[in-house]
Amino acid sequence: MRNLFRFIIAYHFQILFIVLEAISISLLLNHNDFQKARFISFTHSITGRVYKKVNNITRYLALKKINDKLAEENTKLKNILQRTYRADELFFFSEHDTIYHQHYFYTSAKVINQTVNKQHNFLTLDKGSDAGIIPEMGVVSNGGVIGIVVSVSKRFSTVISLLNSDFRVSAKLAKNNYFGSLHWDGKDYRSVKLNEIPYHIDVTVGDTVVTSGYSAILPEGIIIGTVRNSEVKGGNFYEIDVDLSIDFKSLVYVKVISNLRREEQTELEEVINE
Amino acid sequence: MFVLVLFQVLILNNIQISGYVNPYMYVLFILLLPFETPRWLLLISGFAIGLSIDLFANTPGMHTSATVFMAFLRPYVLKLLVPHDDYEPGTYPRLFYYGFSWFLKYSLVLVFLHHIFLFYVEVFRTTYFFHTMLRIILSAIFSVFLIILSQYFVYRKQI
Repeated sequence: MRNLFRFIIAYHFQILFIVLEAISISLLLNHNDFQKARFISFTHSITGRVYKKVNNITRYLALKKINDKLAEENTKLKNILQRTYRADELFFFSEHDTIYHQHYFYTSAKVINQTVNKQHNFLTLDKGSDAGIIPEMGVVSNGGVIGIVVSVSKRFSTVISLLNSDFRVSAKLAKNNYFGSLHWDGKDYRSVKLNEIPYHIDVTVGDTVVTSGYSAILPEGIIIGTVRNSEVKGGNFYEIDVDLSIDFKSLVYVKVISNLRREEQTELEEVINE
Repeated sequence: MFVLVLFQVLILNNIQISGYVNPYMYVLFILLLPFETPRWLLLISGFAIGLSIDLFANTPGMHTSATVFMAFLRPYVLKLLVPHDDYEPGTYPRLFYYGFSWFLKYSLVLVFLHHIFLFYVEVFRTTYFFHTMLRIILSAIFSVFLIILSQYFVYRKQI
């Protein structure tokens, strides 16, 4: 205590100076708006810089956590996106419209695997029985016919492609509705053959070939391709080369069609057959 | 002291030559305090006169801090400028005791220090550093001029 007093007495001049100076500067900063504002902005700029540095460091240290969070959020968003995208379509097409009596029900799906260069080509879609897909549903894309579902699992389904030499589909010429049988000859993935068109029909290059709708699988009028070349072979029928309107090598999204009246139709037809 | 304060706030504060020169002559009070003044009294008087100027000029703290700063430096400046034959007892730090050149140095150094402190506190930023420095130099010269003039007119040799 004595030492403290001695210290104060020895340095009373300096101490008094500091005290008086502190008083006047606090007066200055508290009562002069300009200096006050400058002082505050100055201290804020310093503290701001410190905070920024600290924040940078903590953010860097937390990068892993942030990354995890972002990834999680990303997947969440992606899930939402996909689901809404498809859900929209589902809802759109499954509307219970009592006026128009919906006949076909579309489900969009993504092609996740397919071949085009074999004799028996198949596709795999990313939707299965969970999405209401069952075997013998038609598959189309915006450009035309793709094939028919052959088997399904919970989340996947396989589709027999139009480019399969076992596959036959009923098709017709759009301009006059004469129908025939369409199949792939296993040579070129861009063209198929249409048979059983009577030879008295006028067929010209460029005529549109569409589905006939007789199979209860594919709706009528879905485009398949255009006539490239036609010749009469072995009797009364044309053999027509058809250029496919879709490129199987660039397929991404397709639509699976379920015929809501199919059972009714097949039941009735079976009665006739018996 | 009161005469000086009034002279400063009523007349000199209204002098502003081309926006540069503000003479602050009231520091004369600190300059002329006797050698024997206790150093704490120096600081208190600096605080008092600075505060009274501030009260009139409505700038609390500005002149006070500058004047306290100057009062704090006065003993050191006096020690620095000590003449060959030391300060004689019974004399005052005035022109007529120690001559023109000594008083000029003495007042110039302290006034300059005071003005530096005052003007930078007033501006309170570094952007106009050289502009402020010019103001400081011009004002200091003018203040010193007034202070020396006062020596001839008011503080005559009193023996």
